[in-house]
Formats: sequence, structure tokens, C-alpha cells
Amino acid sequence: MSGQGAAGGNDVRGVRVIRSRTVVLPAADVDTDQIVPARFLTTTSRMGLGRALFADWRYDAAGAPRADFVLNRPEAAGCGILVAGGNFGCGSSREHAAWALLDAGIRAVVSTSIADIFFTNALKNGLVPVRADAATHAWLMVHPGAEVEVDVAGSVLRLPDGREAAFTLDPFARHCLLQGVDELGYLLSRLPDIEAWETARRG
Amino acid sequence: MTALSLFEKIWRAHEVLPETAGAPAVLYVDLHLTHEVTSPQAFAILAERGLPVRRPGRTLATLDHATPTESQQVFGGVPIRIESAARQIAALENNCAAAGVELFGLRDARRGIVHVIGPEQGLTQPGMTIVCGDSHTSTHGAFGTFAFGIGSTEVAHVFATQCLLQRKPKTLAIEIGGRLPAGTSAKDLVLALIGRLGVAGGAGHVIEYRGPAVRALSMEERMTVCNMSIEAGARAGMIAPDETTFAYLRGRPRAPQGEAWERALERWRRLPGDDGCAFDRVLEFDAGTVEPMISYGTNPGMVIPINGKVPAAGDDAFHKALHYMGFEPGEALAGKPIDLVFVGSCTNARLPDLRIAASMLRGRRIAKGLRMLVVPGSQQVKQAAEAEGLHRVFLDAGAEWRESGCSMCVGINGDTAAAGRYVVSTSNRNFEGRQGPGARTLLASPATAAACAIAGRIADPRGFAA
Repeated sequence: MSGQGAAGGNDVRGVRVIRSRTVVLPAADVDTDQIVPARFLTTTSRMGLGRALFADWRYDAAGAPRADFVLNRPEAAGCGILVAGGNFGCGSSREHAAWALLDAGIRAVVSTSIADIFFTNALKNGLVPVRADAATHAWLMVHPGAEVEVDVAGSVLRLPDGREAAFTLDPFARHCLLQGVDELGYLLSRLPDIEAWETARRG
Repeated sequence: MTALSLFEKIWRAHEVLPETAGAPAVLYVDLHLTHEVTSPQAFAILAERGLPVRRPGRTLATLDHATPTESQQVFGGVPIRIESAARQIAALENNCAAAGVELFGLRDARRGIVHVIGPEQGLTQPGMTIVCGDSHTSTHGAFGTFAFGIGSTEVAHVFATQCLLQRKPKTLAIEIGGRLPAGTSAKDLVLALIGRLGVAGGAGHVIEYRGPAVRALSMEERMTVCNMSIEAGARAGMIAPDETTFAYLRGRPRAPQGEAWERALERWRRLPGDDGCAFDRVLEFDAGTVEPMISYGTNPGMVIPINGKVPAAGDDAFHKALHYMGFEPGEALAGKPIDLVFVGSCTNARLPDLRIAASMLRGRRIAKGLRMLVVPGSQQVKQAAEAEGLHRVFLDAGAEWRESGCSMCVGINGDTAAAGRYVVSTSNRNFEGRQGPGARTLLASPATAAACAIAGRIADPRGFAA
């Protein structure tokens, strides 16, 4: 965890390859209330949410870091790929979860399954959500700190021994990640179609 | 002609551009609801690009998530205690005024939880697409709408274009037969369903709840069921509109009136799925097997019948959850002492929910040392409850009677419980820290919550006949 990386918000530059050591969070069904607890949601900004990331797991009631929490260990410093158990990001729609991960330097999340709304929110911000196959995921879960490559263009995960594991990424999502295409720009370019549709519906 | 499902009909009617292999569909949004917590960043995206809100008449804003529920802070001239919340409220007021978006402001008699006021005003209508920066938007599916939660960036997309980019979800039909037994409710039904499906069981799917047990539910009960679809990981939940739906909507302020009502009825009657329409998955469930349910763990799939026992064994997540909750594998929960009861949220804070809780509390007191918060879903619900004297029942029983808002369901506004405390809650999520760091949430129905308040312990509502 290093605090560098995209500073939250929609600063979506092209993302081609993410090469980093992994930090492994050995928990399933990690909900967005854990990723960013509710009391941090009274912000009006997308910035600076790294301090809220997993706040109730990272810090004790007095605000001191819990030494046993994976993201607080020295070896987690600089890790840009988070590996976690299935159904990551379930629960609340708060996009703050994606902003907080990015603000804390996480650029890809790898799990067997990633909840729908979080998945969408991650893509909108250039955080790469990777739904990996069970065997690859199982290997990653027991090899924290592995140097891994998330290749967006090839939709492939490269493990340290050179093994490759394909993951599915919607072609449009991949295109947006690679080109840094912002979806709002794409939607705005379709405004003539939207206008025509509205007119037709009014009859 | 292909037989189409309710979902398929609504999807097709809102496809501005159909999806292709290379691009998602451009889907039109009929109604956009927004609130103070997930909208400021969306307005900021518009401001950064100099974009206007394209169809301000299709958005309604309200204050609920971070808004205080103590009357003093809402009406009494006492400043809002959480300064950052006050700034969010001011930001929404300013943003709505500048964009021409209608806002039910802090002291507006129509203000309330976003998923309570849409139906209450008659804005939520069959066949619509409805979105909101809140995962419980699935509530509106009770009216035969395709309604789902989105993030703040997508809120900006809707503001700027009135559309979203969407891949078409899969469909899951849940056929519910039988009848809910006496003493159980729609909340028990949906908790039992999530227990069966699991918290990721509906991922990637829109659920349509069907069958005689669903047809027998009131609109408020249908909203409770659809509300919690997201807790099974589903994209949305929906129920085909019928006479119950139409009777609820008739005469509501924003529902069509006169001739427009007749034309709307004609359209709405064509919405239910055609005979023989297909679903990607089908699940059958017998409502007759439902008992009053309570959660024992830290997600809404960890539920048991109120007189049941916590499972004897499970995986790491199970043991972590039990450790957080302070429970042992294989033990019974009934009779365990509790500290607080919360009756509120978009799941269970409409008038019938308050009536059930009040009917059990009438002439009784809540247990000594226990705290109980009753937070109506909207100011209209509050007013209606007061007209029936329900507030007197709650106050006489020793409960607190608040202004409307999300309150202890999400714990943003300062309504929280202390670490280690047990809260029996009619809300929708029992995640770690959901009701305050270290607080322990037990999800239940309004009847069960009231029974627990009287007993001061986890208690079966069937032993407390109203």
C-alpha cells in the first residue's frame, strides 16, 4: 500500500498491463461496507478515500493500525493487485469502494466472482476487475506476494512461472480500459439516437 | 410470436440502441431518484465537463441517507450535528436548484427514504426503468418495473443523457407456492429465500417473483421482498403488476389521472409475462414452510428460523462471522439478551410495518435497559401513523419516535449502536459494522423486532399475539 496510483475519480487513462506483487485478503463475500465504512460517506469528493479503505479491519477502536491485517504488513507496501475470496464487493452501490482502492494504490482486483455493481463501478474508474478461474484463484490465494501480470489486451493473467490464465472481460469494457475511453463520452456521442428515440416514443 | 417475460418486455421498450458483441445496449431511464450521499460526485462530473442535467423532470431528489432523524435537528433549529452531513445536504439543495431538479427538502412533508417516496407519490409505475445511486432501488420492482442500483459515475451518465450502457442480465424466476403461515411476513419469506439462494445466488440475474404466494402479498409486502433481491446478489427483483398494484397507485399525486389513468391501465395490463415465457433459471419455493427468521451471521444469507440453531459447522467465513457476532456453532439464539431494536429502513418502515409493531407493543413496555428506535420510512408515513395514534403506542412503550430517514440501516447520520451491542433490526444488511463499528445486527421482521423489544431477548413473535 503506497498511496500512489490514480487518485480516485474518473481519471481513466489507458490501462494495458498491470504488473505487481499481490496482496491477499483471505475472505469471501467482502462487502462494500468493509471496503469503505458508512461513516466515510459524508464526503462530497472522490478524492482521499484511501484512508477509509478497510478502516474497521485496518485500525483498532483507538485508530492504531492492526499489525495482523494483511494490508498493514510491510510486504503489502507497493502491491497493486488485490486477491480476495468470492463475491467481492457485494452489498451497497457506493462507488467510494472503487475510489478508495485506487487511492490506496490498488489497480486490479482478482476474485472468482465480483459483485455486479462493484464490477461496473471499478471499470468506470480504470480499476481492473478480474474474474479468475477457480484453480488460478486458489493458487493466488496461497501465494501472497506473487509477481503477477494482468494483461488487459490479452485478457490474461500471467503467473510467476509463466503460466497463463485467461479471464473474461466484456469487449467493450476491454476497449474502454485499453483506450482510456470514457463511457460518458461514448453515450454523449449517441445523443442524436437518444433524441430520435424520445421523439418516436412521444409519437 | 415469441412469448416474452415481464423483464423482456420492459427491456425491449427501453432499448435506444440494442446491444451488440462490441457494445452494450443504450437503455433509456424513465425515472431517476437521487439523494445526498451518492449524488455530489455525479454533479461534480457534470460541472467538470460543463454538462447540464438533460431531462431534469425525470429526476426526483430527496434527503435520507445522512439526514438526521432527531426532530430537533430537522425542525427545531438545532444545527445538524455532523458537519459533513450538513454540507452534503446543502450541496444537494444547491445542485438541485441550479439544475432544475425537484427536491423534497429537509422540512418538506413529502420527504423520506428514496425507495419509500417513489411509490408513495405514485412516481413508480409499471413498465418503467428506474435507477438510483443506491442498491435497494430493486424495491421499485414490486410495481413491475426494471429498477436497479448504480454508482455515482452512472448517476452522472443518467443526468447527462437520461441513458445507461447496459448488458442484458439473465433472468431467474422464483415460483412461490403455498401461503405464508400465520405469524410470518414478507420479510421472513425473503430472508428464507436468501438463505436458500445465498448472497451471490442471484448474481447477474434479474429475479421475477411469481406464483400464488406472491399474488397474495400487499404492495408493501412486495416491496419488502423486491427490496432484498440485491442481498442475493441479483441485479433487480420484480413482480408483475396486477389489480393490487393498480389499486395502490390509483389516485396517488403523481399517478396518471382521468383518461390518462385508463390508458395507463391498458398498457400496464399487457406487461405480465406471456404464457410459456422462458427464464434462464427457475427456482421453486413453498411459502408454507416459512417461519419467523433471524440472522445469526454477518451477511443476509446467514439466517435461521427464530427457534432454530446456528449451524454446527461451516467454512472460515462462517467462523469469522460467529466470532464477530459472539455466537457459538450449534447454539440456539432464542432467549439471548439484546440491547437495541430498530424498526425502520426501505425494507420495513411503511405504514403496515409500523402497525404490526405497534399492535404488539400496545399496552406493553419494552424491556428495561433496552433502547428502541422507530423511524418511519417517510414523513407521509409518519403523519399517517400519528393520525392513527401509533406514535403514542411506541412512546408509551418506551421507544423513540423519529423523523424519517435511513437512520440505523446504514449508520451514516450518527444513528448507530456501540461496539459489541446486539441490535434486532428490520433493515436489510447485517454486515460487520453496518450499524456502527463493532455493532452486531440481527435481521428480522417488524413483528419479531417488537417481540424482542418486549422480551429484551431474541423472541418468537408467535408467543406475543397482538
